[in-house]
Amino acid sequence: MNGSPVTMSHIVFIILSAIALVGALGVVLNRNLFRAALFLVLSFVAVAGFYILLEAEFLAMVQILVYVGAISILIIFAIMLSRRMMSSEFKAFNEQWAWALVAALALFAILAFVLLGVVWPTAEASVPENAISDLGQALVSPDQFVLVFEVASVLLLVALVGAVIIARER
Amino acid sequence: MDFILNFWTELGAWAQGVLYGWGLPEWAVNLISDFVGVLILLIIGVMAVLIFTPMERKVIARMQDRPGPNRVWPYGLLQALADAIKMLTKEDVTPRHADRALHMLGALIVAVPALLVYAVLPWGPNIIGKDLNVGVLFIVAIGSIHVLALLIAGWGANNKFSLLSAFRVVNQLLAYEIPMVLCILTVILFSRTMSTQGIVEAQTVPYFVSMPVAGLIFLICAMAEANRSPVDLLEADSEMVAGYMVEYSGMKFAMFFIAEYVNMFAAAILISTLFLGGWKFFGLEDLAPVLTPFIVFAKAVFVIFCMLWFRATFPRMRFDHLVGFAWKFLVPLSMVNLMLGALVVKLTPDGSGDIWAEAGLMLLGNLIVIAVTAVILNRAARKVKDAPALQRIVAVER
Repeated sequence: MNGSPVTMSHIVFIILSAIALVGALGVVLNRNLFRAALFLVLSFVAVAGFYILLEAEFLAMVQILVYVGAISILIIFAIMLSRRMMSSEFKAFNEQWAWALVAALALFAILAFVLLGVVWPTAEASVPENAISDLGQALVSPDQFVLVFEVASVLLLVALVGAVIIARER
Repeated sequence: MDFILNFWTELGAWAQGVLYGWGLPEWAVNLISDFVGVLILLIIGVMAVLIFTPMERKVIARMQDRPGPNRVWPYGLLQALADAIKMLTKEDVTPRHADRALHMLGALIVAVPALLVYAVLPWGPNIIGKDLNVGVLFIVAIGSIHVLALLIAGWGANNKFSLLSAFRVVNQLLAYEIPMVLCILTVILFSRTMSTQGIVEAQTVPYFVSMPVAGLIFLICAMAEANRSPVDLLEADSEMVAGYMVEYSGMKFAMFFIAEYVNMFAAAILISTLFLGGWKFFGLEDLAPVLTPFIVFAKAVFVIFCMLWFRATFPRMRFDHLVGFAWKFLVPLSMVNLMLGALVVKLTPDGSGDIWAEAGLMLLGNLIVIAVTAVILNRAARKVKDAPALQRIVAVER
């Protein structure tokens, strides 16, 4: 915002950032596992809002579909794997909090150093009209990302088969 | 005459003209018209309850050879209104050890995802909340929020039946989302766009005619997602009382009731948009654009009638059969259908004149798929039938 007037997108950005940060803090500080997972949803939805702000609707929808959808699975596992989840007797901090604080501060310092040091390139051109079909073509055209795309799908297939083998009786 | 035929567009232009006439700036006019649009969509969604509750009860009653509600004047049609008054006056109870905030939150947000879907459903060439270029993907993404809302409701009550139901919610809805998305992908392959408006415009031949397999799978999945009998295992009252809404009462229960009908109506409009040609009806939409919302509504009512017909015809499935049906039958079938669609699109060269060839090839392929599926199912059924009694039970268990 180097002297430029405050526009609507600045205001929306600030609101979304606030929501994302509140959500993230809620994840860390909440003593109830279920609620912490729900705060994670809040944070992810705010990030999807950022994508919409950047006119990347496809990415925003995938963000909601994949991450928010996965949260429900996460919650189910949390319920099944933890005892007495309904009570709020879980502590938000344990005896290792000092080490965690040091690690978090170090990570924050590194990220801040990098973010402040880089000159971010900004594209003048607006988002092309048919960005989605371009993306689809790019994922399957041989001179772009088809190899990465296929390797990723093979990886997922391996994970799926592995899960079936582990879960199978006999 | 022209004014009447283009009534909706003219009405919008006239209303905006009035607002400009008051000397409002452009952003204010846009804000007000957007607000009014959202209000209309919300009202349509909630009106669905008042329209389809009497319809459901009357239709099911006729199919079961009984009169159905016939006390509240006239012809029992105001039964929904009477029910609404009853709900409003009931006591609101929260169980003692419930997670109060989440119990409340579940009731608050359960209808929201269903209502959000209305934003991208087209009612006419220019009548749509917002023609997103990722419209269909938006609907699928909203579905995952729907899962979360039901999960919160099931968890918040601290009741073992509602918690079991919450587990079922995630299991069933995620299982049926996959064949649903694969069917939507087949549609996108032929329409070459993800915008709901574009899909309607691309349907010279309604997709239900050219690819009945995708249409039927989508109908089954939509019923499972909207939690309609015979696939209403999330609230199967013979197994788990009322599932995730067992502890809700009064107005909170009414929210779940509203959400169910809003969901069903949205699913019906979505099916008519994706597979039945949306606001198109044999050129009628060009002759009289004023009729397009009514065309969509009529198609949606027809789809809902089919859903009720299913409900009156089939018994409720067992839960493991239901999930097995999605994973072992619907997913492979819709994958075959998707690959068939990709093959057909590659075989017919791009061009405007080839829509009929494309549709014909797809229909032929679909008929072959249906025949092969029928043969395979017949063989599997025969194997179960011919097996000795003990093995038969084991075979059905699998």
